Amino acid sequence: MTDERDDHVYLSLAEGHDDGDARWAFGTGFEDPLYGVGTTVPDGVDAAQLSVVCAALGDDALIAAQRLAEWCTRAPELEEEVALANIGLDLLGQARMLYARAGQTDGTGRGEDDYAYQRGPEDFRNILLAELPNGDFAFCVARLLVLSCWRLALFSRLAGAADPVLSAVAAKGVKELTYHRQYAAEWTVRLGDGTEFSAARMRAGLEQVLPYLAELFAASDASGTDGAAVRKEVIASLRQVCEAATLALPSCDIFSSPPGHGRDGEHTEHLAPLLDELQSVARALPGATW
Amino acid sequence: MTVDVVTGDVVTDGPVNRARRLAEQVADPELPMLTLADLGVLRDVAVTADGAVVASLTPTYSGCPAIAEMRAAVAARLREAGFERVEIRTVLNPPWTTDWITPAGRRKLAEHGIAPPAAARDRHSEPGPVLIQLSASHRSVPCPRCGSADTEETSRFAATACRSLWRCRSCREPFEHVKEI
Repeated sequence: MTDERDDHVYLSLAEGHDDGDARWAFGTGFEDPLYGVGTTVPDGVDAAQLSVVCAALGDDALIAAQRLAEWCTRAPELEEEVALANIGLDLLGQARMLYARAGQTDGTGRGEDDYAYQRGPEDFRNILLAELPNGDFAFCVARLLVLSCWRLALFSRLAGAADPVLSAVAAKGVKELTYHRQYAAEWTVRLGDGTEFSAARMRAGLEQVLPYLAELFAASDASGTDGAAVRKEVIASLRQVCEAATLALPSCDIFSSPPGHGRDGEHTEHLAPLLDELQSVARALPGATW
Repeated sequence: MTVDVVTGDVVTDGPVNRARRLAEQVADPELPMLTLADLGVLRDVAVTADGAVVASLTPTYSGCPAIAEMRAAVAARLREAGFERVEIRTVLNPPWTTDWITPAGRRKLAEHGIAPPAAARDRHSEPGPVLIQLSASHRSVPCPRCGSADTEETSRFAATACRSLWRCRSCREPFEHVKEI
């Protein structure tokens, strides 16, 4: 018989671990969120192309997560601050797995820290909407609504991707993004169908965000999904929410404004300062561990 | 027959069963009233022909920081109990849902004042796009303290991404709910 005391779980918590002890990404050596996941790329999948798709979807998530993190101590209510931080955490988790997959498949073997901390703005491929400064809470809600509608439409299709890792990351992300979209939709309705003041702010937020949809739609095909179907689904979701919020969705012309080129590394002036903050520790203390 | 290196006791159950039992008993770092087995994140424990233990874990949410903690705790627990070579694998597919929480896990959550999740399996199984629920048809979560159905959600997110905050209108107590995902 094994001594019950020996098998008591709490003993392990006080124990120093000889490996697997590093818990956080930068500076701790815990750099592989896909630790122990099979790394094979299936036959017929273009590994270089897969890497590009994973890195771009990772960049969208990392930059959006950083903007959400900036709401900490600034949100209108504690509950919203916690919600925005949690949504950002989900996106950060998606980014980590996508970066790990990108590094496995592009032949460089780069890890998540290399992607997040060792690249300049010109190397990032995120869509421009993710990097815009936070603005007011209504803008935050409008951006989250659009980004989560689009990413959910993409991920629900990528769940059927030929690469098992991308497929698994997407299938997992669908459940999270459904909550993000629900949160943004409920706030859109509350503000849009609230007071005259809140409705005006919500309308202004949507008007600022919608011109960036064209870039999202242009990026859908390149991610290996049916861009027309994604577009249709996103517009239907936005119409449903705007109708419930008693906000008129601006005419469809707005969806045809010239798309931005974040996917080509052409960014607004807002990305560099965001990265200055995100990468400040990694730049000040290169290779530091603790 | 093997001897536990920590206690010197003779171990009579097989190494796979013992390794599984040890791994299953590791507590969740965020919800310590639950074991990893209760939470349903321990997918498999096996012992290879040359004696290495391979434990497979799945993350709850993509960004859940606890997965690294769980991985380290399982590895440490197994090593401490005498398994010299331990490998932890991450399994992403099928993705974890709250349906993996065992009946025992649900009971323990309720006993600790946390309303357990209802069945989640139908949320994403229907073909076509996942619809946004904007009508006031939100399901009520019964109060884990008094059982009243007269409750309201106060925040979709709580101390961790997997929980939401609720308030009971009958007993006036706030409570947490592990939300369906």
